Amino acid sequence: MAKKIRSAASTGEPTLEKKHTKSVRQRRFFWIGFGFALPWIIGFCCFKIYPICSAIYYSFTDFNSFRSPNWVRLDNYTNLVQDKYVIKSLKNTAYMVIIGLPISISFAMLMSLVMNIKAKGMPLVRTILYIPAMVPSMASALLFMWLMNSRYGIVNQGLKEFYSIIPQAVKDFLPFSFKPPSWINDPKWTKMTLIIMGCWGCGGTAVIGLAALRGVPTHFYEAAELDGANRWTRFWRITIPLISPTIQFQFIMGIINMFQYFTQAFMFNMFTTTSQVTGGGPSDSLLFYAINLYREAFDYLHMGYACALAMVLFVIVMIVTFVAMKVSNKMVSYDIE
Amino acid sequence: MTKRKTSPLLMLKRFVVNVIKYVFLVCLCFIFIMPLLWMLSTSLKANAGLMEFPIKWIPDNPQWGNYAKVFRIVDFGTYIKNTLVTSLTPVLGVLLVTPMVAYSITMVPWKGAKVIFPIILATMMIPGQVTQIPMYITWSKLGLVNTYVPLILPFFLGTPYYIYLMRQFMKGLPNSLVEAARIDGANDLRILFSIIYPLCGPVLTTAGVLVFVGCWNDFSGPLIYIQDSAKYTIAIGLKSFTLSAKTQWELLMAANSVFTVPLIIIFFICQKQFLGGIATTSGLK
Repeated sequence: MAKKIRSAASTGEPTLEKKHTKSVRQRRFFWIGFGFALPWIIGFCCFKIYPICSAIYYSFTDFNSFRSPNWVRLDNYTNLVQDKYVIKSLKNTAYMVIIGLPISISFAMLMSLVMNIKAKGMPLVRTILYIPAMVPSMASALLFMWLMNSRYGIVNQGLKEFYSIIPQAVKDFLPFSFKPPSWINDPKWTKMTLIIMGCWGCGGTAVIGLAALRGVPTHFYEAAELDGANRWTRFWRITIPLISPTIQFQFIMGIINMFQYFTQAFMFNMFTTTSQVTGGGPSDSLLFYAINLYREAFDYLHMGYACALAMVLFVIVMIVTFVAMKVSNKMVSYDIE
Repeated sequence: MTKRKTSPLLMLKRFVVNVIKYVFLVCLCFIFIMPLLWMLSTSLKANAGLMEFPIKWIPDNPQWGNYAKVFRIVDFGTYIKNTLVTSLTPVLGVLLVTPMVAYSITMVPWKGAKVIFPIILATMMIPGQVTQIPMYITWSKLGLVNTYVPLILPFFLGTPYYIYLMRQFMKGLPNSLVEAARIDGANDLRILFSIIYPLCGPVLTTAGVLVFVGCWNDFSGPLIYIQDSAKYTIAIGLKSFTLSAKTQWELLMAANSVFTVPLIIIFFICQKQFLGGIATTSGLK
C-alpha cells in the first residue's frame, strides 16, 4: 500500500497523496483503537446492554425460574406501587439518602480537614483514620453488632460509665433520664447505627477530600489574609467553594451507592431475624430497597417482579442523580482560575 | 523566615494550642482504632469473660484456643484458597485489559475514543441490581452458577471504574512518547506494553490493590452465585459461620480478625502507592 502511494506521489499529485495517507492512517488507527477497546466493547454488550434489555423484558413477565415467562403487561408495576414492603423500603432508603448521606459526607470532610492539620506524626494519624476503610463491610457490620450490642456492647458500657461520672446535682437538672439506646434492636436507632458505622469507615472519602484541600492554591489564602479575612471567612469563602466540585462528586456517587445499600444491612438483618427468608430488621426498619429486591428475587424467586423493582430503582436513581446534579451545579464553582 | 524574639505569653499560647491539638488527635485516633482493638481483645477472651465489667482491654489469660477452635469449625484453609482465586484472577484481568482500553481512548487517534469514554462514565452510574438478576438468569442457563466464572469473567472484559482510573493517569503522559515510538516503527502492542505500561506503575499498583481488596470483600456476588460450601469465599463462609455461632462473640471476633487483619497488613505494605494513587487519580480533573 505504502509503495503505491509513494509512486503516486512521484507522478506529481500531492493532494491525492495526502488524502490517501490520511484515510489509510485513519483506517489503521480505527482498527487499532477498536482492537484495543474490543474487550470493553464485548463486556459492555454482554454485561450491560444485554442484561438491561432482558431486565426490561422480564419486568413485563411473571418469570420465576421454574416456569417459562408469561407476558403480564404492566401487572408487576401496578402491584409494585401498592406493595407495602416496597413503600417501606423506599422510605428507609430515602432516610439514608436524605439524612445519612449528608452526615457521613460532612463527617468525612471534617476528617479531611483533620488530616490536613500540620503537626508531628500526621502520616500516622492519616493511616489510622484510613484503616477502617480497609475493613470489609460485612466484617465491620459484624464488629459493630458486637460493639453496639445493647447490653454488653462496649459503646453502651462506655456511655453508662460516662453517665455515672456526671455528678448527681447535674443529673437532677437534666430534663430526661439517660438510658443508652439499644442501637440494633430499636427501630428508631438501627439506621443511625449504620450511619455511625459509615462515618467510622469514611477514610476513602476523607483522603479524596484531603487531595482536594491540598489542591487549593496557597496564594488565595495569602491574598485573603492580607485583605484581613479571618480563618472562618477564609474557610467559607475560599476552601469550601474551591473544593465544592469534589464534594459534589462524592455526593452524587454517594446517592447512587446509598440506593444500593445492601451488605451491612443484610448482616444486621441476618442477626435480628430467625426465619430463613431475608429479614428487614426490627419492625422492618432496615428493609432497604436492595434488601427487598434481593428477597423478592432470591428468596421468593419472583424474578419478573424483581426485574420490575430493579427498573424502578434505575429510573429513581437517574432522576434523583439528575436533580441533585442540576441543583448542586448552581452551588458549585468550577471557575477556579 | 527570620527568627523573631517571641514574648513568653505568645509562647504559652502556642504551647496550649499545641497541647489541645495533640490531645484531640490522640483521642480521635483512639476512637478510630478502638473497634479493631476491641475486636482483637474480644477474640482472646473466654465466653464467660465477655460480659465482665469494668472493661478489660487485655484479657487475663489470652485464649489463643479461640483461633484454633475457629479454624477447626470453619474451613478457613479452603475459604482463603477460594478467595485468593476469586481475588487474584480479577487483578490479572484488570491489569491486562484496562490499560488496553485506556490506551485506545487516550493514545490512539480514532473516532470511537470520543464515543466510548462518555459511555464508560455513564455505565458507572447504573445500579448493580439492574443487571444482577438477568445476569443470574443467564449464568444459570449456561450452567455456570456455583462456579467462579460469573465472579471473574467480567474483570477480563473491562471494568468501567478502573478504565477511568487508567485513563486519568494516561492523559497525563506526554503524547510525544507514543508518536516518537510510532515513527520508529513500533507497533501499538509494543508501545503499550514496553513504553506506557512501565510508566503506569503507580496507577497499576493502585488498581491492583483496589481490585484485590474489592474482590476479597465482595459479599453480594458470592452470596448469589456460590451455593456449594466447599466453594465458599471467606466472606460467605464467615456469614454462614455467623449464623451458626450467633452469641459466641469471642469466636465471631476471632473469625472476623482472620478475615480483616490480612487486608490491614496489605494496606500497610502498599500504603504509599495506595494513598498517593487515590489522591492523584481521583483528582477529578
